[in-house]
Amino acid sequence: MKPVDHAEASSHFIEATAHLEFHDRRLWDLRLKRDRQVCGIPEWEELRNLASAIKEHTLSHLADYLEEFETQATKNGAHVHWARDASEHNQIVYDILSAHGAKTLVKSKSMLTDECDMRQFLETRGVEVIETDLGERIQQLDDEPPSHIVVPAVHKLRGDVSEVFARTIGSEPGNTDVHYLAETMRQNTRPHFLGAEAGMTGANFAIAENGSFVVCTNEGNADLSANVPKLHIACIGIEKIIPKIEHLGVFIRMLSRSALGSPITQYTSHFRAPRPGTELHVVLTDNGRSQRLGMKDFWYSLKCIRCGACMNTCPVYRRSGGLSYGATYSGPIGIIIDPVFDIRKYSHLPYASTLNGSCTNVCPVKINIHEQIYKWRQIMAERNQLPLVKKEAIRIIGKVMSEPRLYRAAISATGLAVEHLPRFAIYNWLNPWGRQREVPAPPKQTFRSWYLENRGR
Amino acid sequence: MTSRDIILAAVRTNQPTPAPPIPVVPLFEGTSRRLLEQFEEALISMGGKLAPKLDGQDLDALMQSLFPDAGVICSATPEVRGTRSLDESAGPGVLADVDVAVVRAAFGVAETGSVWLSEEELRVNALAYLAQHLVVLLDPAHIVSNLHQAYCDARFKTARYAVLVTGPSATADIEGVLIHGAQGVRSLTVALVPL
Repeated sequence: MKPVDHAEASSHFIEATAHLEFHDRRLWDLRLKRDRQVCGIPEWEELRNLASAIKEHTLSHLADYLEEFETQATKNGAHVHWARDASEHNQIVYDILSAHGAKTLVKSKSMLTDECDMRQFLETRGVEVIETDLGERIQQLDDEPPSHIVVPAVHKLRGDVSEVFARTIGSEPGNTDVHYLAETMRQNTRPHFLGAEAGMTGANFAIAENGSFVVCTNEGNADLSANVPKLHIACIGIEKIIPKIEHLGVFIRMLSRSALGSPITQYTSHFRAPRPGTELHVVLTDNGRSQRLGMKDFWYSLKCIRCGACMNTCPVYRRSGGLSYGATYSGPIGIIIDPVFDIRKYSHLPYASTLNGSCTNVCPVKINIHEQIYKWRQIMAERNQLPLVKKEAIRIIGKVMSEPRLYRAAISATGLAVEHLPRFAIYNWLNPWGRQREVPAPPKQTFRSWYLENRGR
Repeated sequence: MTSRDIILAAVRTNQPTPAPPIPVVPLFEGTSRRLLEQFEEALISMGGKLAPKLDGQDLDALMQSLFPDAGVICSATPEVRGTRSLDESAGPGVLADVDVAVVRAAFGVAETGSVWLSEEELRVNALAYLAQHLVVLLDPAHIVSNLHQAYCDARFKTARYAVLVTGPSATADIEGVLIHGAQGVRSLTVALVPL
């Protein structure tokens, strides 16, 4: 398989200027809202330390906590299933649905089911799947994956949504009023909530102590999916476990503040046991997580609570759009997760970063994201996954930087070159950096020659 | 070997060592602000509303004055009669035409403006989501300061279903435009009524 070419895909995103400008502004606005919330919590840094420590503790004892969760959930009357990978996950879900004769499934947003490509699996077997989160529904109807883990359709403008809805759920063509579009989706979804035989949610946290799990949403769609049909299936990645209910306080205080800049999601829902007369099934899914747990440098990424703060703050993500990453997880967190799924396919992603470290600074569970991105670059280089131009460039830079005389010669030559060479010699395929930018004017004098002149003697 | 055993064995082999100890989570008390004031501010910021003070009228009259056009008012608390009684055996689907649902919350959280509900308060969980509007009665004496304290409540351990509801259902998935009434209730009103 050819590696995903993030730079090439981004160039198409960048061409749509209105979309690019909105995307950049909207996500930066989420970052600013996050900052305002963070300023209101004097113990924010302490909460980050606690969250990180709770997660690291849990992941180091994960097998025991998974067993405790299973025991408690079973005691509560839930059915617990285990899936090694995406295909087993999908098969388990399908078997549960079949056993209940369920042909329609209303579901809330779950990155895990996206990761497993579950919708397609079920649809080819005759199950109608209805995403009930507005953003996720827009993406489903447009046959696109989500472009952001929290705001799935953030790369679309109202005109795009209007076009999708007119084509698929009968909204008035050309009506781009946002309230009208949201209301159309509400009216279209409601009969499905009332008629579906089964409902599905993901989980943000699963609590070992009492076998419950927590779903954080704003739209009310997860609670409708779980509380109206007689069958509730929850798909949960094994890294979502935390030991105790008291630990939720730490994570719930930070999740929505980091994600959207609101103090909490509108609904923080705790599911422990099925309603009388209904069934609750939990599908604990590995799909590469246990393998990642054994990777010395990369297991920390399992601490992730999927808030998306690293994406909102990332200048590369904001200006390239989530779809350019060609993976379920995009942005900085995607860069460090995706190669575990397919190292060749995602070999170029670690370069979709400036390594500025902002992702690490906003991460509520203190994942060292930018350091992991750097480490993935090393691995890609060692495994010979670098494109030729990049490899040659890095080899030459390495040589020049290690020899002071060569370095000095190169610096003064570059200054002369930028000043005197014709444009085509500077702005060409060897200099992708110069594609959207002007090379800065060289200073009159290098620091070294200034130093020798003024301080040298 | 079952998938369960394979996963657990892989996790056991791969989980990192040495394992750090589990930290003690403080309750982060110490705000000097009045809880009620903080609750009201947070509720409003999350799109919720506060009902006017009861002026000698009864709660049913308050519902009528808040929602004069409501056809079906369905209450899960005996404090409000409403226009239709809540039938727990009929299944959630019958609530599809409810205009206003009324419930009493067990407690509120000042930090976030949330109210705590479980199957005990809701009687039919879907009531708080299928209705167009939700009114929540809250005893102003039952407000805790922050989420750490909320999670100390023992009812989290025993409730089948428990939810912290904060404002009405909302979405900003199209161009960040905030809309109240995504898939759940279009409005949430808290009436401060002592038990």
